[in-house]
Amino acid sequence: MTEKIITKKEVEYVAQLANLKFNEEEKEEFTSQLNSILDYFKKLNEINTENTPPTAYIISMPNLLNEDKVKPSLTQEEVLFNAKHVKKGYFQVPKII
Amino acid sequence: MTLNQLTAHEVIDLIRKKKVSTYEVIQDIYNQIDKVDNFIKAFLILNREEALKQAKEIDIKVKNEEELPPLAGVAVAIKDIITTKGLETTCGSKILKGFIPPYNATVINKLKEAGAIIIGKTNMDEFAMGSSTENSAFGPTCNPWDLERVPGGSSGGSAAAVAADEAFIALGTDTGGSVRQPASFCGMVGLKPTYGRVSRYGLVAYASSLDQIGTITKDVTDCALTMKVISGHDHKDSTSAILEVPDYLKSCQERIEGLKIGVPKEYFIAGLDLEVKDAIDKALKLFERLGAKIEEVSLPHTEYSLATYYLIATAEASSNLARYDGVQYGYRTEDYGDLSSMYKKTRSKGFGNEVKRRIMLGTYALSSGYYDAYYLKAQKVRTLIKEDFDKAFRKYDILVTPTSPTPAFKLKEKVADPLTMYLSDIYTIPINLAGIPAISLNCEYNKNNLPLGLQIIGKPFDEETILRAAYNFEQNSEVERKKPEICSAKCKEVA
Repeated sequence: MTEKIITKKEVEYVAQLANLKFNEEEKEEFTSQLNSILDYFKKLNEINTENTPPTAYIISMPNLLNEDKVKPSLTQEEVLFNAKHVKKGYFQVPKII
Repeated sequence: MTLNQLTAHEVIDLIRKKKVSTYEVIQDIYNQIDKVDNFIKAFLILNREEALKQAKEIDIKVKNEEELPPLAGVAVAIKDIITTKGLETTCGSKILKGFIPPYNATVINKLKEAGAIIIGKTNMDEFAMGSSTENSAFGPTCNPWDLERVPGGSSGGSAAAVAADEAFIALGTDTGGSVRQPASFCGMVGLKPTYGRVSRYGLVAYASSLDQIGTITKDVTDCALTMKVISGHDHKDSTSAILEVPDYLKSCQERIEGLKIGVPKEYFIAGLDLEVKDAIDKALKLFERLGAKIEEVSLPHTEYSLATYYLIATAEASSNLARYDGVQYGYRTEDYGDLSSMYKKTRSKGFGNEVKRRIMLGTYALSSGYYDAYYLKAQKVRTLIKEDFDKAFRKYDILVTPTSPTPAFKLKEKVADPLTMYLSDIYTIPINLAGIPAISLNCEYNKNNLPLGLQIIGKPFDEETILRAAYNFEQNSEVERKKPEICSAKCKEVA
């Protein structure tokens, strides 16, 4: 690899943004792997895209809006069924204040 | 010969003629699963009781001479990233272990209305991120043609199940080749429809601007049958197109005389296996004999596809996978203090390495200061890649390429080097970036008896023409349709 694009410190910062936690060994491994992948991505700089518009959605379609009408949806019981921690009909998380 | 070895359309025919019962068919399917799935490991969960109950219901309809829906009695396997009401859906991830969806995906409702019987959920790379099914949290699936090789991925369980006669049809999903590449590695027919052709409601999102549900079948007729059932607009997916669904079965049987085929020269480069290249050359000669006109075409931005794809897919994934936080469903770590540590520990223990790697890449590409250089740049190059195809399709009806540069590779061969693994999707990725449809079908077996796939690419929403080309190829190809032998041999050892 020629130069470091992403440092270990930046990996720690990105992990923070992504709500992920790594040990020292993993940080080293990710830094090295991300560097080689990002190095490969530099290939895109070969192309001049100054006058090219970006594509977000590939097939152009009219914007579809559903009618604003109340329809039956899942029950509270169904929605809470998969949660590990539930209290009085709510999802439960650790205390935050 | 047991009933599970037939194609879907053959079984449909036998059930209608009352030559076999649906119950026998489904029993043969589960017998095969019991016999071979310890080796193949295509399934994560089975739906045996419910499936046999549905089989009996169909048999009553047959007995009463009631009208049967188009897929009545057909055993279908579903990739474990598509929600099935009451049936565990894990996405091959520890973070969703135990998740029981409260609703069906639209494709599941459509299959059920068509009389199909959901027999189980198939293994996959975690959240569809991978090309070998080795990234499943529940262990890899093996290729029925050679148990030491991967079935491809990420829909590896689906492709292996159909190849091993454990299902007639399977649904997979294709974000960068995840239906076509495993279909090719397992010698099956895999179709990725146009973005918007099939509703994604109930498909757990990986990269929303690229994801599409596709089919894996034993032949082109079964593919056409299934596509007719699962396609069409759905008000629950605003990106699904409001377009008529053609009668694929009828149109695919028309001839291909005068069809204009472009062969992109950028796809025949270093890294392409020689036997694969020879097989494609042979296939092109057959198309020529059937009256098609073949010319070389250039898609100049092909070499930028892989980088573009991995930037867009990982950026979208990092956003889509933010929802797994241990609150509403799935895994939550036992050991946490405050909310932030609960999120971090849950996600770090719940996700596997490839998923974390892609979340990290995507988060980085979207982060402040890097957005323009990476994500926006990739979206601009995506425009150029799409324009290459637009231009080619002004002159040609379809494009023909290999599906993957090599046949199925060995388990563990590419695990250590993510970039090498990514390269196995080099011929399928551009198609997702352009949003267009493509089908992979077997065109040859190599000297080790491994299947080799041919990819046919079509214009947006023109699944009809690629199905027609595929059908004509299948009907006229001299390559005999084989079954993987290794199953019976290996399984006898244990029995």
